[in-house]
Amino acid sequence: MEKNDLTARTGRNDGMLMENSSLATVGVIASDRYGQHSTIAIGRTEYRRVTDTSDPTMPAWVAEIYAIRDHQDQKAFARIFGHFGPRVKAFLMRSGAAPDVAEECTQEVMATLWRKAHLFDPSRASAATWIYSIARNKQIDMIRKSRRPEPEDLPWGPEADPDPGEALTLQEETAKLGQALAALPEKQRDLIQRAYFGDLSHSEIAEQTGLPLGTIKSRIRLALDRLRHAMGN
Amino acid sequence: MTQIKHHLTDAILMAYATGSLTEAFSLVVATHVSLCDDCRAQLAELDALGGEVMMTAGSVDLDEDAFAATLALIAQDQKSTALRPRKTGIFPTPLQSYLGGDLDAVKWRRVGGGVKQMILNTDGVGSVRLLYIPAGMSVPDHGHRGLEMTLVLQGAFRDETDRFAVGDVEVANEDLNHTPIAEDGPDCICLAATDAPLRFNTLLPRLAQPFVRI
Repeated sequence: MEKNDLTARTGRNDGMLMENSSLATVGVIASDRYGQHSTIAIGRTEYRRVTDTSDPTMPAWVAEIYAIRDHQDQKAFARIFGHFGPRVKAFLMRSGAAPDVAEECTQEVMATLWRKAHLFDPSRASAATWIYSIARNKQIDMIRKSRRPEPEDLPWGPEADPDPGEALTLQEETAKLGQALAALPEKQRDLIQRAYFGDLSHSEIAEQTGLPLGTIKSRIRLALDRLRHAMGN
Repeated sequence: MTQIKHHLTDAILMAYATGSLTEAFSLVVATHVSLCDDCRAQLAELDALGGEVMMTAGSVDLDEDAFAATLALIAQDQKSTALRPRKTGIFPTPLQSYLGGDLDAVKWRRVGGGVKQMILNTDGVGSVRLLYIPAGMSVPDHGHRGLEMTLVLQGAFRDETDRFAVGDVEVANEDLNHTPIAEDGPDCICLAATDAPLRFNTLLPRLAQPFVRI
């Protein structure tokens, strides 16, 4: 992770779509974890969107997901697509998918995001967390051709948008988790990344590297404990 | 909800969060998490970690027509629904959706000694089954070649390690030889998944093993 990733939340907003003359590729700007700068390609013209993150009542990307849910807003969807799509594709390729398979799967992930927009709850998951879970499930479904049974949902309250305060707290905690991940010693961070890329079946790694199982387990536990500690529990 | 004392391990939750757990084990995890807020919270944290890993794993350009292709996909299909909490029955929704119903949808087969089971359909890697152990009866003394996860859904059982009641999950590996005994009271119903056949320590169940697929 780039260092400036952690200090990126200073971006100013003017709420405009501006034509971007540079040939910057879609979504490669390292400092945009919370959406200050995202580059989207619509047709052949690239636009650079500067999103409002100065609004303290709305975590990043929630407004876009609500706009998809409430108004089937294709422009909001294009912004999300431009920001998350290339990252989902990269993630799937790091997890072993061939480029064409990753492409197809990413399109399915983004379509699922649209279809499930009414189920997104920003007090329980940040946009990145939610999209990760959709990508993981699609990967199991489309690439591994298996199933991942999901827990039942918590009992639903009245159908109202969740408390923005809760959503903001969750977003802050998620950002802290990202910082804690970046601050881990490289070995431990690498291990966690490999776990999420699907490289880390405990027994497989033990076979390939000759490491005893307990070492990996305790390293993961140590990394998790450090993360929890950094999160203040 | 009763007090859950025996939870999933970090490693199992991690494997579920990263999508590397088999379908059979994942069903036990999803069913336990449906009953257990602690593990649900831990899982949410691991999903958040997955989001952070994904957001820092680089980025790869999509095809030029990707956005249009995605809009076309959206036009083909309608809304998805969540797994709503169950309205009736003793089984959480993930298990009900495998059975197509609750307890009355279970097609029990006798295993011996009053013990009954139903093997659920999964992708064939390992297996997952419902076990019915009448109060006071036991599952024969056995060990494990791989991992075994047993989640209690009704009643309770005890073995050499502890007592397991509704919502509790016992995670056993090669090191554990045990004889689970159902407690007096309601008959015990468990959801149990394995990645390898059990290893019985007495001759009779060993002979029966190929027929009952335990």
